Parts: sequence; structure tokens; C-alpha cells
Amino acid sequence: MTTAINPIEQRLKQARKQRAWRWYRVVGFLLILVIALLLLTLSVGQSITPLSEVVAVILGEQVPGASFVVGQLRLPRVLVALLVGTSFGLAGAAFQIMLRNPLASPDIIGVSSGASAAAVFAIIMLNMSGGSVAVFSIFAGLMVTLTVFGLSFKHGSAGTRLILVGIGMAAMLESVIAYLLSQAQSWDLQEAMRWLTGSVNSAQLTQVPLLCISVAVFGSLLLSRSKDLEVLRTGDETAQALGVRVNQTRLVVMLSAVGLIAVGVATTGPIAFVAFLSGPIAVRLISNTGSALLPAGLIGACLVMGGDYIGQFLLPNRYPVGVVTGALGAPYLIYLMIRTNRKGGSL
Amino acid sequence: MKFLCTYFSANRFPPMMLIGCSAVLLIIMCTLSISIGTRVVAWQDIINGLMGSVATMEEASVAMRLPRTLLALLAGSALGISGAIMQSVTRNPLADPGLLGVNIGASFFVVIGLVWFGLSQMSHYVWLAIFGAATTALFVHVISAIGHDGATPLKFALAGAATSIAISSFIMAVVLPRNDIAGSVQSWQIGGVGGATYGSITLILPFLLIGGLLSLTVARKLNTIALGDDVAMGLGESVTRIRIHAWLAAVLLAGATTAACGPIGFVGLVVPHLCRLLVGIDNRWLMTLSALCGANLLLAADVLGRILARPSELSVGIVTAFIGAPFFIWIVRRQKVKAL
Amino acid sequence: MTARHTLSTRQLSAGYGDTSILNGIDITIPTGQITSIIGANACGKSTLLRTMSRLLTPHQGQVLLDGRSIHKMATKDLAQLLGLLPQSPIAPEGITVGDLVSRGRHPYHKLFSQWSSTDDVAITSALKATNTAELIDRDVDELSGGQRQRVWIAMALAQETDILLLDEPTTYLDVAHQIEILDLMVELNQDRGTTIILVLHDLNLAARYSDHLIAMKSGRVFDQGSPQHVMTEPTVHSVFGLNNKVISDPISKTPMVLPIGRYKQA
Repeated sequence: MTTAINPIEQRLKQARKQRAWRWYRVVGFLLILVIALLLLTLSVGQSITPLSEVVAVILGEQVPGASFVVGQLRLPRVLVALLVGTSFGLAGAAFQIMLRNPLASPDIIGVSSGASAAAVFAIIMLNMSGGSVAVFSIFAGLMVTLTVFGLSFKHGSAGTRLILVGIGMAAMLESVIAYLLSQAQSWDLQEAMRWLTGSVNSAQLTQVPLLCISVAVFGSLLLSRSKDLEVLRTGDETAQALGVRVNQTRLVVMLSAVGLIAVGVATTGPIAFVAFLSGPIAVRLISNTGSALLPAGLIGACLVMGGDYIGQFLLPNRYPVGVVTGALGAPYLIYLMIRTNRKGGSL
Repeated sequence: MKFLCTYFSANRFPPMMLIGCSAVLLIIMCTLSISIGTRVVAWQDIINGLMGSVATMEEASVAMRLPRTLLALLAGSALGISGAIMQSVTRNPLADPGLLGVNIGASFFVVIGLVWFGLSQMSHYVWLAIFGAATTALFVHVISAIGHDGATPLKFALAGAATSIAISSFIMAVVLPRNDIAGSVQSWQIGGVGGATYGSITLILPFLLIGGLLSLTVARKLNTIALGDDVAMGLGESVTRIRIHAWLAAVLLAGATTAACGPIGFVGLVVPHLCRLLVGIDNRWLMTLSALCGANLLLAADVLGRILARPSELSVGIVTAFIGAPFFIWIVRRQKVKAL
Repeated sequence: MTARHTLSTRQLSAGYGDTSILNGIDITIPTGQITSIIGANACGKSTLLRTMSRLLTPHQGQVLLDGRSIHKMATKDLAQLLGLLPQSPIAPEGITVGDLVSRGRHPYHKLFSQWSSTDDVAITSALKATNTAELIDRDVDELSGGQRQRVWIAMALAQETDILLLDEPTTYLDVAHQIEILDLMVELNQDRGTTIILVLHDLNLAARYSDHLIAMKSGRVFDQGSPQHVMTEPTVHSVFGLNNKVISDPISKTPMVLPIGRYKQA
């Protein structure tokens, strides 16, 4: 063969290396940010606990004072925030990439509403709690998603139709939630609203295993499809021509994303805008250098942990994390709508 | 002109007949609304109650149901007309005051007024609600119209849904630190006509009347807009002026209704759509019929809510959502993908 | 490279929902040639192409690749043999040409597989063939319509399939770019031996650039064969309902259709 490598091939290799390098850099940076937030939350709150004591508590030693503050109060909270944030980020980005529209996040197309409605129903009407609520809301989330998927399936599935059907479904489910809440005498209305905004106030260590399993199972299912998802961005037909089983991929992605959302929602309530925000931020950071899924999951974790920290300590009132992410997310949402419409482009 | 009327309603039912039927139906609905409720009443009680007697419990509950029926009637017509206008102006089959965020925008301003400025009079609510409705409608419209393909139904629905979510989280942020007002805010989340009083009806009546007059005068002009902006301009109409005129009418109607009832979704979506199937696309007939059918639908939904959840009742906003959301999905399925 | 794979249909019926658009199509695409499908609007050209490329599942009958039904093959295996350029593919925002063309290698990759030099060779030759190598670092968004279409074709070429289907590849392009794309098709056909199947609107370009024409009318094959055989006055009249005159194209000596309307006849 030739001695000198073809310059075009070289440029291809070089560009690919640059892309991969940027992707790893972004993921590395996000990982460091997640760890930093984790340590910050664990050590600095109303009182400051030295990192050495934090580590000691995590390793299972009894440290007077710190054992309670770190082990009982902060650790469950930050772990739940981390896992729920990752779930929402992953699931949101998966929906957005799959439907090629940043506005097609589970918040908007009814998935979160379905899971919330089921959770509220289980809590108010059936007096359930903990794991059974999660199971119930996963089931309902799946039913809603499959219904939306099925109703939008006509002459092949179309992304736009799916989004619109989802919006209609969400409107109906929102009114179910409103009705259920109006029936809730036993449940303090304030508490209900707090839950609906999303809050990690009631986080417990017992919730962590379920979240871990959900992130591990559904998360790896999603990540195993990340290459197919990347190709889906060039359009359903192109993807099919390139050997992607479009409907099967959609189904797997949708089911895993719904699983992540539902377990998260059953634990903390639908934390506003996390699923919606993570994807676009991730795309901005990595800009076509690779799959946006993993970065979006990390960004989701940062948003929930950071938002909770801000809501607890940095504002005059104590707010649940959902209010903080909502206040951050709303203007960004509007900016994104304007930008997307102006370009006529997609995520 | 006669030719045009027959042309527009070709192969459909005669408009006068439809309007007559709806009017008869409306009388029946009003009677039902007065007679059906938690407490069973006899005919004699109804007549006495209508005469103004409140001597017995039965007569008193009839008297209570009167303003409620009246409000449902007014709100239903207002939402029907408002939806018809919005669908015509935007040429969007999915336009609806609720989906475009008008309702929640009205709620938002009322909540802000309540929490930050301590405004708690019904007379303040009306202004706040109308102002909020107008601002949100304008906002959603502007956002979805950006871009080269204009305001497609998809962009509209997304912009409306997204704005609604954004506003609800603002409402949450405003309300959460205030234990004392959470209850009164709750009533702004679900629409209902249960709390109707003559006082509140009197307050919104002028706004509804002005809105109604504005819509009557814009109906014919909207027919030209239906053919597209370019064609309308070619026919010598000022498209912008018609738009402003129409939006003003729609927002006044929807905003005033929201001020009195809270957010009631989907009436403005379902009614004009069905009426268009019946009476055709001439906005003059369409709006008239939408007003009557809107009142019918809202009364029916209200009565249904009272029957279904006896001895308590379902708010009418919940019933309309359950009727309307499947309808919305049906419309979406009917459309071709390219039209979305 | 020589073409070895043969695409054919047997008693094919397909459509959207319950309505059938195609009714009993029986064709064999000549291997190693350029075939164009022509016909009036809504006659089923695109439906046929979409069914042959597996975007649509047939109601009845089969699409056969070397005698095997493509709807039963593994998707990635099929994607290594048969490529498709749809009518309106979507370029992800901010993607570079090199990255987009690289995505044509998707059928050859598994979950954890790495890029190999085979991939690079395929991509490079696709870029060279379509004359897009110098655009490699540009954003796809910034390209002109003709350039963009060449980049999409490059992506389909990177797939290295023996058969390539293109759904109206010249729509939205001005006439110079149309010729450029069709010349490219001829080069691919001659240099690589690729079997090419096109849906084309322009009858004269179809006649000039194709070895084989398939004329469709209301979901059936009206006639097929060489341009000289298909492009006759009676056939064009039946397929398009258009009075016409067929002369010899002075440039290529292929048939050329001149439409005859109700006016402007000398």
C-alpha cells in the first residue's frame, strides 16, 4: 500500500480524536462538579462539618454530632438528589433526542403528569407509601406513555403527532391531579403543592436502593442505545436506511426513560424542568462530539443537588428544589423556544 | 351575499335550523341545571324559587342554582366565541384559550395581585385576569410566530404548554412561602361555576358585552383572513388591524370568564370545531352557534359534575378537560402530519 | 467492485394504513444499471421506493434481495447491502460534514466497536467521489442546497452498499445542480458498479440518465424497459394524460418528451 497516509483520512481521524477529547473533557468536568457538590452538601450546611469527619461517617464510624447531621440528615438527601437528578436528566435527554425536539421533554408531553397523577392517587386515595407508590407510578407512567405512543401511531409514528397527543394527555392528567388534590382533606394542601413542585425534603436512605436499581437498569439500557439515538437524529428514514430498528429503538428508549421518570417522580415529585433543561445544556456543552445522554444525566444530578442547596441555604425563605429549578428553567425555556423557532432547527 | 351564505353552508344543515335547535337545547339545559343537584327539588319549588321565594330549603337551593346557571351560560358562550375567534385568527384547529395559556396567565396575575399587592376584591380580579390573559396570549402568539414557517399548530401547542408550565412554577414559587393564602389560590387552579354570585356576574358582564360586540363586528372580516394573509391583503383588508381587533375580543371574553370561574379548558377547542363541522366556515354563523353550543356544553358539564360526584360535586373545569382532551387527541389524529 | 445483488419484488402490495397504494407490483431491478421510476403525482412511485427500502412493510407480497425477503433480514445486514437517501433527511444542528458522512458507517458498528481504518477508507472515498472532501470541517447548516445534497449522498456512499435508492434527489435543486447530481450517479454506477434506483420528476432527465425506466400508473407498473421502449407518445399519454410529441434528444440521442397543451401551438 502507499507509504503516506491519505490526508483526508488523517483529517477524519484528527477530527474524531478532537471530538472524543472534548466529550471526555466535558464528562470529566461534570463528574468533578458532581463530586464537588456532593462534598459541599455533605460538609457545609447550617453548621460546617470537616471533610475528615464526613469521610469517617460515610465509612461507618460513629462521630458525635456529625453522625446525625451528616449520616441522618445530609447523606440521604444528597444521595436522593443525585440519583433523581441523574434519572430525570437521562430520561429527558433521551426523549428530546429521540423526538428531535428539545421541547418534547417528559415534563411537557405527559409522562411526568401521568406518573404524578398515579402517585397522588396512590398516596391520597389508597394511602400507599414508599415502594408501592413507585410501582404504581411506574405502571401508570408506562400506561400513559404507551397510550400516547399508540394514539400517535397512524401511518407510521410521527414525532409531531406524538408530542401533540402527549400535550392533550398531559392536560387531562393535570386536571385529574387537581381533582385529587381538591379531595385531599387529610393531606395538607401546602404539603401537596410542595410535593408537586418536587422536593427532596422527605428523603430517606431506604429510598436509595430502588433509585440505584432504576438508574443502573434503565440507565444502562438507554446508554446501550446511544449510538442508535445519535443516528436517529438524522431522521427516521435515514436511520432506518442505516440499519436502525426505529420502532424498536423508540420503544426501548421510551420504556427505560419512563421507568427512570416514574421512579424519580414517586420519590420526590416531578422536579420542575430538570428533565427539560439537562438535554439542551448537555448539547450545548458537547456540541455534536458524541452522545448527549451521559452528560445530560450528570447535568441533571448537578441541577437537583445545586438547586436543593440553593433552596435550602442561599435564599431568604426555604424553598423546595423544584421552585429553584422552575425559576431557572422558565426563562431558559422561553429563550430556547425563541431560538428553536428562529432557526427552525432541533436539538 | 345570499349566494355566499348558501355557498358557505353548502351540503350542511341550514344555519337557522341549527341555531334554533341549540336555543331549544339551551332552555332544556338551563332547566336541568336549576333542577338537578345535591338536593332533589319538585317543579313547584323550582317555580317558587324562580319567583324569588326562599321559604323552604328546596326553594333556597333553586335560588342558589340560578346565578350558577347564569354564569355557566355566560362563560360557556364567551369561551365558545373566544375559541372560534382564536381558531380563525391563527388558522389553527388546536387553538383554545386554555391551551394557549390564557387561562393560566389570568390566574398568574390574580395570584400576583393577591400575594404581592394584597388585592382581594373581585373588581380587581377582573382587571388582573384580563390583563394577564392578554399578556400571555400575546406572548405565546409572538413566540410561536417566530421562524420562517410561522405559527404552526405544533409550535402553538408547544409554546402554550411550555408557557403554562413556566407560569405554574412561578405561581408555586410565589405561593409556597405563604401558608395563609394557599387555599384561596387553590381555587384558581381548577375552574368552576359553583361559587357564582350575582355580584361577580355583574362585574364581568360589561367586559363580556364589549367582547361580544367586538366579536360580532369582526366576524365577517375574519372570513377573509381565513384565506391567508396575502389573499386578505389582496382583498383590501388591513390584516394587522383585524388581528388586533379579533385578539382583543377573544382575550376580553376569555379573561373575564377566567376572572369569574377560574381556568376552564377545552370548551373553546371543542365547541367551535364541532360547530364548524355543522355550520361551515362562515364566521358569522360559526360564532353564533359556538356561543349557544358553548353555553350548552358548559351547562351540561356542570350538571354532569353534580350528578357524577353526588353528594359532593366535580368542578366543571375537570369535566370539560375529560371531555376535551380526548377530543383534542382526535383532532390531532385527523390532521395530516405535514399540517402539524 | 462489481454488483452482485439483485433486487426484485413479487406480487407487492403496500400502502398507508388500510389503503393500498401499490397493487401487485412484479419487477426486477436490472443489476448494475441506473433505473428510474416515473409517473404522475400520487401514482405510488415513492411508495414503491419506500417499500423496496423497507421503510414500509408490504400488505402482501415480498421485496426480494437475491431471493430473500428484505423484511425478514436483520436490519444492519440489509443496511450493508442496500442504501437509501430519503427525500428530506435531517441534519442535526451544528454537525460537520465529516461527522455526518461518518454516520454512514453505522451499519458496520456494534455497541462497543471502535473506528477502524476500513471505516476511514470508505468515508474518504465517499467524500472524494462526491467531491465534498474540501468541505470536511464545514457545518452542514452552512452549505448550499447542491453541496448539502452531495454530502447526503456521500453519507449513503460511506455505507458501501451495492444498491442505492434515492427518493427525488434533484428536487429543490436548480438545473445546474440537478445535472451535477445525475452526473454523479453515472460516475457511481460506472466506477463502483452500484445499482442505482431513482424516483425522478423530470422525464427528459430520466430518459437521458437511466438505463431502465419503470412507468407507474395508479399503483401498477404500466410499462418498463429501456428509455427508447418506455418513452413513447402513447405511453406518456396514458401515464400522464398529456398530449405530447417524442423526439430524439439532440444531446444524448435518447427520447425527449415535448408536452402539448391547448394553446401555443404553431
